[in-house]
Amino acid sequence: MGEPGTKEILSLDELEATAGLRTGRKHILSILVENRPGVLTRIAGLFARRGFNISTLAVGPTDDPSVSRVTLTLDGAKHPIDQVTKQLHKLVNVLKIRDLEPNETLARELALFKVNADGAVRAEVMQICEIFRAKIVDVTKRSVVVEVTGTYEKVEAFERLVRPFGLIEMARTGEIAISRGRSET
Amino acid sequence: MRAVDALMECLKAEGVDVVFGLPGGANLPTYDAFYDAGIRHILVRHEAGGGHAAEGYAKATGKVGVSLGTSGPGATNLVTPICDAMMDSVPVVFITGQVRTELLGTDGFQEADTIGITMPIVKHSFMVQHPLELPRFIHEAFHVARTGRPGPVVVDIPQDLSRADIPYEPVTDVHLPGYQPTTDGNQKQIRLAAKALANSRRPVIYAGGGVINAGAAADLTELVLSDRFPVTCTVMGLGGFPAPHDQWLGMLGMHGTRTANYAMDEADLICAIGARFDDRITGKLSEFAPRAKFIHIDVDPAEISKNVPAHIPIVGDAKNILPRLTAEYRALAPDPARLDEWWSRVRAWRERHPLVYEPSTDAEIKPQHMIQALYEATGGDAIVVSDVGQHQMWTAQYYDFAKPRRWINSGGLGTMGFGLPAAMGAKIGCPENTVVCVTGDGSVQMNMQELATCSQNGIAIKVFIMNNGYLGMVRQWQELFWDKRYSQVDMGQWPDFVKVAEAYGATGLRFEDKSTLVADMRQAIATEGPVLVDVRVTREENTYPMIPAGKAARDMVG
Repeated sequence: MGEPGTKEILSLDELEATAGLRTGRKHILSILVENRPGVLTRIAGLFARRGFNISTLAVGPTDDPSVSRVTLTLDGAKHPIDQVTKQLHKLVNVLKIRDLEPNETLARELALFKVNADGAVRAEVMQICEIFRAKIVDVTKRSVVVEVTGTYEKVEAFERLVRPFGLIEMARTGEIAISRGRSET
Repeated sequence: MRAVDALMECLKAEGVDVVFGLPGGANLPTYDAFYDAGIRHILVRHEAGGGHAAEGYAKATGKVGVSLGTSGPGATNLVTPICDAMMDSVPVVFITGQVRTELLGTDGFQEADTIGITMPIVKHSFMVQHPLELPRFIHEAFHVARTGRPGPVVVDIPQDLSRADIPYEPVTDVHLPGYQPTTDGNQKQIRLAAKALANSRRPVIYAGGGVINAGAAADLTELVLSDRFPVTCTVMGLGGFPAPHDQWLGMLGMHGTRTANYAMDEADLICAIGARFDDRITGKLSEFAPRAKFIHIDVDPAEISKNVPAHIPIVGDAKNILPRLTAEYRALAPDPARLDEWWSRVRAWRERHPLVYEPSTDAEIKPQHMIQALYEATGGDAIVVSDVGQHQMWTAQYYDFAKPRRWINSGGLGTMGFGLPAAMGAKIGCPENTVVCVTGDGSVQMNMQELATCSQNGIAIKVFIMNNGYLGMVRQWQELFWDKRYSQVDMGQWPDFVKVAEAYGATGLRFEDKSTLVADMRQAIATEGPVLVDVRVTREENTYPMIPAGKAARDMVG
């Protein structure tokens, strides 16, 4: 890498080499925030300017109407997860952050797949749905819309299997999560 | 009462004695309230001047500064001071006007998304959406600005809401469940730190602006003197330990002393207090202090292990932690003789590498000499406000600061144009003190309009322009690292600063002779009212020593 502040020319390869490091374990952050305007912008903005990458993001109400839950997944290798949570804690509207332990966490997402289902392949698509306990929620002569719930990995696996039949489009919510057992997340 | 009258009550309840601002359409109601609120308001000539003045006031007094602007351009002009206050942890509350709620989001006249624009550069911000929220938001803004790691807070008030009639009841408590800064410092960690210090053979205490913010300069001194600890400060921490002193190594970092940087390089234990291992301190991170273990004391947990992994992290306020650390350390009664070898090494560096420059052989004023002359002329006891560039580094090097809050500069953001308005704010906060501003011919022109504010209000700051006709620091880099290809750094001798001063109603002077400089400066300082002095210095002089960007302490040049 060229010395900063000097006239040494940087090659594009050098720049890309530092940008492409990411192979860590996935982290799921469960963040309780005050239900106020602009809070999500503050979180998203923090991630953007500190260079943290959000993989998925889901926001919704909790049992307390004044509090919302933001569930965020990110790659922990690229940025020390510790620095991410510390910076999040500095946001005044953030009440609580949990970096969920994968073994003690139930994580689910919902996905909708619109898959080509022309005569010949229809039976096979339906079979895959059955294996994944996915629901067919819309059907036409040439396509089906399938609803899948499960972990991120399960949804990925489903996608891999139906893609060869012709994946027309897909929508995913991103994971939400809650801890196992009696204690609060 | 009107929401804006409640705003005045809130400001009074917060003990605000002065605000800096400029009115406009969207904050007309606020200015109507100022008309008989009995709060001193300084009318600035540009909102950025007001914002930096509020910073200067806050840095000189330790109180929360207040700066006001209208919507749109008023608010965008405040962006630089807001960001500056964020980078240097300065407690300032910025109150901006906003268009009427019915116009929000319609690109109304003088509408700008102030909250959106400033979001990445504030500690926190409040958009008033109901007039009843206003009093609580103001108190919460002051609370957030002043506590924990201080910083800027923006309160944006739509014009119609500020006119609303509300029942006002004083707010006595703030309720921010998501904001609970840790200030205590873990006793076990403090004990561990004391042990590490007692076991170290080559310790260095490295203190930053956090010590000044915490009001912990005396406590730092106590810790340093509890043994023969060598101590160095960042550019933000100067004055945290009384210089000159036998245990004082000078400033560290890019333009720090060789002694301080070499000591960091060879240390076996570095105790960082209210400092954040900025790239101007560490140089090449992978080669920074390779033999050292780190104690890191900071009120902001996110600073700990951000750049350099801390072995003993302590989250809390230096004011709270340092006396306990000193007590724990004393209780261990370590043998001071273990530091003999270290001191002989440090002393050798100090003797071999003092701060030096080649004096001129004629009347020419060397920039370093100018700072030494200023030290002499002020008896080392002025509040010195600097701008950004070579003059800033020379002042940091050659003016020995013996007390906290006597050295005010823009460190993190490096804002040219900060100096003059910040000096104005410092003088208002500390009217009994001599306040001098050391600036450059480049920097001063970025907020020179505030001289009018100084003249109108009799704010007697003494501004010394280190005039070399260049954007000197950029010229230095072009000379050293870009083959002396001077690209757009020559500013010539415009304007005539003496005439500028006179046009603004201030006293204008020009100094060109080294032999009478101290006496001339004394006279300038004794002159009533604001004074602007054009000090002609050597045109091409470099700030040394220096760690070139991306290099390590060992690679210092000059």
